[in-house]
Amino acid sequence: MSSVLVVVEQRDGALRKGASDAIAAARLIADASGGTVDALVASDRAVSGVDGLGAMGADRVLNVTDGAFAHYNPDGIVAAVSGIAEQYRAVVVAATATGKDLAPRIAASIGGPCGMDVTAVEATASGVTVTRPIYAGKVLQVLELSGTPVVAVRPGTYPAASAGKAGAQEALAAPTFTRRLEVTGIKGSARASLDVAEARVIVAGGRGLGDPKHFAVLEDLAAAFGGEAAVGASRAVVDAGWIEHGAQVGQTGKTVAPELYFAIGVSGAIQHLAGMRTSKVIVAINRDKDAPIFKVADYGIVGDLFEVVPALADAVRKAKAH
Amino acid sequence: MKICIPIRRVADTTAKVTIAADGSSANEAGIKFVLNPYDEFALEAGLALKEGAGAGEVVALAFGPDSAQETLRTALAMGADSAVHLQGTPSPDGLVNAQVIADHVKGGGYDLVLFGKLAVDDYNQQTGAMMAELLGLPCATAITSLSVAGGVATVEREVEGGVETATCSLPAVFTCDKGLNTPRLPSLKGIMAAKKKPLEIVPTSAGEGKARVVSLSLPPERTAGVIVGEGAAAVPALMDALISKSKVL
Repeated sequence: MSSVLVVVEQRDGALRKGASDAIAAARLIADASGGTVDALVASDRAVSGVDGLGAMGADRVLNVTDGAFAHYNPDGIVAAVSGIAEQYRAVVVAATATGKDLAPRIAASIGGPCGMDVTAVEATASGVTVTRPIYAGKVLQVLELSGTPVVAVRPGTYPAASAGKAGAQEALAAPTFTRRLEVTGIKGSARASLDVAEARVIVAGGRGLGDPKHFAVLEDLAAAFGGEAAVGASRAVVDAGWIEHGAQVGQTGKTVAPELYFAIGVSGAIQHLAGMRTSKVIVAINRDKDAPIFKVADYGIVGDLFEVVPALADAVRKAKAH
Repeated sequence: MKICIPIRRVADTTAKVTIAADGSSANEAGIKFVLNPYDEFALEAGLALKEGAGAGEVVALAFGPDSAQETLRTALAMGADSAVHLQGTPSPDGLVNAQVIADHVKGGGYDLVLFGKLAVDDYNQQTGAMMAELLGLPCATAITSLSVAGGVATVEREVEGGVETATCSLPAVFTCDKGLNTPRLPSLKGIMAAKKKPLEIVPTSAGEGKARVVSLSLPPERTAGVIVGEGAAAVPALMDALISKSKVL
């Protein structure tokens, strides 16, 4: 019972972001007691990229291939995991929207505690100790989990870990289960651009934009980054209906940690700062030189965003063209 | 339709959180406590379903110490018909809390149990889905759309890069995300009426949890950087810093 199971997320036959973080975390737990890491992939077809799970640190890849897994099927995955869970000392998933949905269900079915959205794991003699941001990141909690814990690891926690394991491909029989929830499909989000949770660069706007139509200025800066930037927003403008809630960064929105975060016309309310404070580099552009956002920004420009942001978009385009 | 809304009392999101002397809990002094914002979406969804059907019952439920009753009164003021206070101390192990709520929900004749997506203090984001699993009920988490017709619920939930659609039959459990609706504010009339609505107190005995809070700490403060300049003229200096110094471009 020193091995760890990772439930790897796939959609339409392609692996989703977070697999490497989950496997790296599982590796940390397994290696502490000389155990192995198994990766479980449930799909209705061959999944591209499963041959790379060994390089990420999986000793075995357990493929459950069944028509029941054409879409996300929580009841089916829970059944597959609980059927083999007693072989493992912990179960790990990536803390994506799907992983956060799945982890508590697995925990309840196997009777273990759930460490949600963790940013560090450590194996102990009696279980697993995790560190997790709470209050949207205002506070860090260290939690000791015993029994067979289910740990959801925030994507980006263990970047580019490589352990070079065999990743031996095996087939696992589909479980029998009762399908209580039927996922009927997936449609594109209202916004064509990237999700703030997945973007390397976030261009976030606040009340300083003055009018919802001015998000176009931010869209243009995001576009200058050529597909690696998402447009985000403060709670004030989401609540005012200027942009859809999925763009909200902060305590009642998403917690993000991109490499580069532009806070444009964002004053820097405490609940917004909580959601973006772990960004690698923060740039603030605001007319008010006393805005709290400048206290957390690495670089600030005091000025009219309608002059600064277009000039910045041009400069980014030129830099990218080189 | 009988709808259960499990709610939580949490520190207001504008609160600056500090760590108590024990090193493993947050200071409560001077903090304003409110109904968890995500629970407002759940409550609004429940009230709207009842109003749409022209009949039904909305029961607000809270597991916690006696202070939870104040939050239950807020839910009653928003329009819940009655409240249940499950007296006890919630565990850092969400499964313990899920079991306490499950014990009440089971046999309660509920068609729907609507949780908030998460509580903005512990961010555990697990009680709803765990309770559904314990009771063998269908469940979707973090829903942004809900419609109910003929005993079948249709929901949408946001996933990275898309919106998932799902259906299930009732009874069912959902956790509610921002975007589902715009919660109403309690009216003066509602606040007055809330004082007279039934609030049942039920002692509970929670089991032993498998999670223990070792410590809480404040993350390192970010230090203020530099103002590179004013207006569009500062853009070249910013670009230079992003490219040469921070190497993020």
